[in-house]
Amino acid sequence: MATTTKEISIGDLGARSSAHESELQGETMALNVGPSHPTTHGVLRLKMQLDGDVVKSCDPVLGYLHRGDEKIAENMTYNQFVPYTDRLDYLAPLANNVAYAMAVEKLAKLEVPERCEAIRVLCCELARVSSHLLGVGVYGMDAGAWTVFMYTFTEREKLYTLFEELTGARFTTSYTRIGGVARDIPDGWLGRVLEFCKGVLPVLDQVDKLLTRNRIFMDRTVGIGAISKEDAITYGLTGPNLRASGIDLDLRKDKPYLGYEKFDFEVPVGTTGDCYDRYLMRAEEIRQSVNIIRQCIDQFPEGSYYAEDAKKIFAPQKAKVLTSMEELIQNFMIVTEGPQIPAGEVYFEAENPKGALGFFIVSKGGGVPYRLKIRGPSFCNLSILNKLIPGHYLTDITVILGSLDFVMGECDR
Amino acid sequence: MVESEFAQLKERFDYLSARQSVDHSAVDCPADKLVEFCTVLRDSLGFDLLVDVTAVDWDAQSPRFTGIYHLLSTTKHEYLRIAADCEDDIKPSLPSLCGVFAAANWHERETYDLMGIYYDGHPDLRRILMWDEYPYHPLRKDFPLAGIEVPLPADDVAEATGVAVSPAPMMGGPFVSSADGPMSQTEPSARDESWTEQEEKPTE
Repeated sequence: MATTTKEISIGDLGARSSAHESELQGETMALNVGPSHPTTHGVLRLKMQLDGDVVKSCDPVLGYLHRGDEKIAENMTYNQFVPYTDRLDYLAPLANNVAYAMAVEKLAKLEVPERCEAIRVLCCELARVSSHLLGVGVYGMDAGAWTVFMYTFTEREKLYTLFEELTGARFTTSYTRIGGVARDIPDGWLGRVLEFCKGVLPVLDQVDKLLTRNRIFMDRTVGIGAISKEDAITYGLTGPNLRASGIDLDLRKDKPYLGYEKFDFEVPVGTTGDCYDRYLMRAEEIRQSVNIIRQCIDQFPEGSYYAEDAKKIFAPQKAKVLTSMEELIQNFMIVTEGPQIPAGEVYFEAENPKGALGFFIVSKGGGVPYRLKIRGPSFCNLSILNKLIPGHYLTDITVILGSLDFVMGECDR
Repeated sequence: MVESEFAQLKERFDYLSARQSVDHSAVDCPADKLVEFCTVLRDSLGFDLLVDVTAVDWDAQSPRFTGIYHLLSTTKHEYLRIAADCEDDIKPSLPSLCGVFAAANWHERETYDLMGIYYDGHPDLRRILMWDEYPYHPLRKDFPLAGIEVPLPADDVAEATGVAVSPAPMMGGPFVSSADGPMSQTEPSARDESWTEQEEKPTE
């Protein structure tokens, strides 16, 4: 049987591939992530241009959780706004409550008693522990380690039970009032906080063993998303994100409020400012917070939990309102007209778990702020994204976003 | 910052004047000197962290808008408040600080979005919290709390559905208070906010 051969020409391979190459080169793909995507921890939306796997440009789109908190604040009395502060950084509502109350008190030049300060320190530090527990746990999940989340979330649940006992709510605590807190601590609560502290440290060791020297975790985070000192400052980063870049700025140490100068604690500072450093900062801050909580409980002051001499600011005890004429009038005035705050301008920032939460208040006197501006740390921390993300692989975006540990509630306000 | 330091600042920059403040040191700075002043603050006086940019609407006063800046020194741990009045009440504008602090970018976009201050020299002055086509500046004092009806951001969706973003139902609540006036008016009460920027506010 005769065989036939057929010649197939494939032409000039080199020329073909080079022609094809030029077709592929320079072509970018638009990719939209969010606003509803697990990576974005809320409702952040990223509009990106990809070249292959590499992100060429990134444009964050915000505002999906904008509720106009600042406008609302201008239309209600100072105490009425406290519940709105819960919804800023909703992973640490107690810390927001305290920061807001302190800003208004600073405007009123009102000093709260030591016991009130101690309660507030406990609130702030427990909120920090709760926020960082979630931050670290979820960060493990972002990098592909599920187990850590289970450990830290269990601890956070215990903490929420403590919050419920203290404030009556697990999540939206609304605990502070201008001039004090809503109620004194319940009997035996301090003991239960200490018990929690005892339980959380072994869990932190566990997390440490699971993550800190984990090969996969390190491969995904070391050297990724590094922020230089200069960038961190010029973009206005605060909190653990700023300290990870090697800048030693912690308002609790540097502008002490609530008597933080009495406590002995360390401020962890990073070196390279990459994702791994930011993780280490949070893990260490939990230990330091536990340290502060123990010192605070150790010398817990007696006395009143609100400023008793602030007759025009803090509403009197309910029992007295029902029996005494003077207190009844006082209560009526504060409820109807709001706490009487003198005219002036004030800016106060507190070191919250996510960074410096600031309130700028303009008052013309009376019970309602004329203008109230909220400086959300997540808003500033995210502004670096345009610069930080380009040049990274798409798979790193999850890790970078997780390491910034932002909350859209205070970003969009 | 202590008094003497302000005196030194004042000597060096004669256009500054002290501003009333209950907490940090504060200065009034003319708008056209703002960039120059902030550059010096950053480079030689250590105020390297721009923590906040905002503006205040003084309503009936003129100048109506004041831009407020808060700087923090990461070395001296001091705050400084700078206030700059906008000359034009109709189209208020201030020079952009983006060239001095990268953080100013988003803060100025936010202030432009909510308060309507135009920042000259801003590289990308778009709305940031509201959507791009939104026509108003909600933090201005003449903008009602309930909001104003506007079409949906996407034209095609708006046309197909006939739906608009409508004001919040305010009759019967929420209970709000106003900043000044006699006690009968400052009491928290349900306020009728059915008027808009187009419709006149009803006179009592």
